[in-house]
Amino acid sequence: MRAVVPIFRKEFGTYFVSPIAYIVIAIFLLVTGWFFFSTFFILEQASLRNFFSMLPIIMAFVVPAVTMRLFAEELNVGSYETLLTLPVSFNDVILGKFAAAVAFIVAMLVPTLGYVVTVAVLGRLDWGPVIGGYLGAVLLGAAFSAIGLFASSLTRNQIVAFIIGMTICFALTLFERMLFFLPRAILGAVAYLGVDQHFQNISKGIVDTRDIIYFLSICFIGLYAAHLALEDKN
Amino acid sequence: MIHVENLTKNYGDIAAVDQINFEIQKGEILGLLGPNGAGKTTTLRMLTGFLRPSAGTIRVKEIDIDRHPIEIKKIMGYLPESAPLYHDMLVFDYLNYVADIREIPPDRKRARIRELGDLCGLNPVMHMPIAELSKGFKQRVGLAHAMMSDPEILILDEPTSGLDPNQIVEIRDIIKRIGKQKTVVLSTHILSEAEATCDRVVIISHGKIVADGDIDKLKQSAGGTSLIHLTLQRADSDAVRQKLSATAGVQGVVSLDDVDGQLRITLSVPSTRDLRGEIYRTVKQTDWELLEFYQESRTLETVFRELTKEN
Repeated sequence: MRAVVPIFRKEFGTYFVSPIAYIVIAIFLLVTGWFFFSTFFILEQASLRNFFSMLPIIMAFVVPAVTMRLFAEELNVGSYETLLTLPVSFNDVILGKFAAAVAFIVAMLVPTLGYVVTVAVLGRLDWGPVIGGYLGAVLLGAAFSAIGLFASSLTRNQIVAFIIGMTICFALTLFERMLFFLPRAILGAVAYLGVDQHFQNISKGIVDTRDIIYFLSICFIGLYAAHLALEDKN
Repeated sequence: MIHVENLTKNYGDIAAVDQINFEIQKGEILGLLGPNGAGKTTTLRMLTGFLRPSAGTIRVKEIDIDRHPIEIKKIMGYLPESAPLYHDMLVFDYLNYVADIREIPPDRKRARIRELGDLCGLNPVMHMPIAELSKGFKQRVGLAHAMMSDPEILILDEPTSGLDPNQIVEIRDIIKRIGKQKTVVLSTHILSEAEATCDRVVIISHGKIVADGDIDKLKQSAGGTSLIHLTLQRADSDAVRQKLSATAGVQGVVSLDDVDGQLRITLSVPSTRDLRGEIYRTVKQTDWELLEFYQESRTLETVFRELTKEN
């Protein structure tokens, strides 16, 4: 298990060597900033609800772009072989890369604290939903990273990995809005599977274990699926 | 050191490696020879635990590789074919990363990277991105990567492919130097390389072992015939043909050409017997003038071609 740390350090460092990191962060800030501030001064409310309510859809698009190279690039270059013949297990590799992706998403969220400061200066901010929102954002980022990591382990083409990851993330985000045709009896159970409901709960400042367990189980399922996909390759 | 039993790898219906058995002793440099697509890389990948065999077992120091892969990876260094490495890392950062994974203690790390830099000649490129290196330097980074923890076993897949002749000689020297203390398995399809570096060769073709032994023995054994070349002057071709083929042991006259009054003759003889004395005595009884006389030693090339030919 000790190999997780050097793998994490290497992957996290590599993000900032290539221009991809800066492009992704810039796009993320631009999109969230525009959506947030374009209505902020019209609504005249000192809250970040608008920012957080957009987050699942933006993340469904940004996070797979962050994770797409993690395995696909290694499989394409062949460095996957060099890596796996070092004394590491699948778990070391998967956890190291997953931790690097989550750390990167945290780094991406840090500049958005600027919005918090702006709002806090302009009005009286309710801190509960802000703290909840950031907790939810990290959990959401982790869940989508696990899905993106799985998508990346399926193919040696980064674009394909991105599209697969994005499709799954979008489906999880949007499908509860398409449930109107389902019978009422199973509606609740199916709706539980969607990301949005759980995220919105946490971002209201209500930290419920059910929502946390939901996000952790998505992480687990994604990482385990990645493990199976990699094991199947040899 | 390494025991391989009935090792098999199937891809769909095709057996890339088909029930091979061999053993590697400690301190041996073993060459895995074979034409392209014979199953060399697949065999090496299974030896390193990267691929899981379809059937058969690999034991390294009596440890089953399937059960304790990490234990074995710790004592094994591997250089994959064409050294695939992280392009966007600096050489030093990469070696540092490998040292961390291989759990080299922090106080020994710098010294170890410097040692490998000297051994593999990496010092001039230590702070360059791997993507900008020439093929030869990449290969050396790969070699340094494989030797990081001073492993007991080194597995090298085509270590000299794509290098220029000077680099080939350098890499071979490094391998020989390492091979004095370590067990080395290398694959190649260049025969002179096997001859220059290996103690023993295993030749595989279509996933099966067709020969296994030290190089001198291989040259003598397989096939069974070798050739003797003669050049004679003032001799009649019919008489020569008749007399020489009548010499005890000679299997036949392969060719007989008259070039400006000189007869060039090639005889086939069994490689198990030395007939040079007999042939000399036959020639001596006549008044032919003997200009040239030599036995062609079987090269690894001929052995290899005979063994790996399509049947």
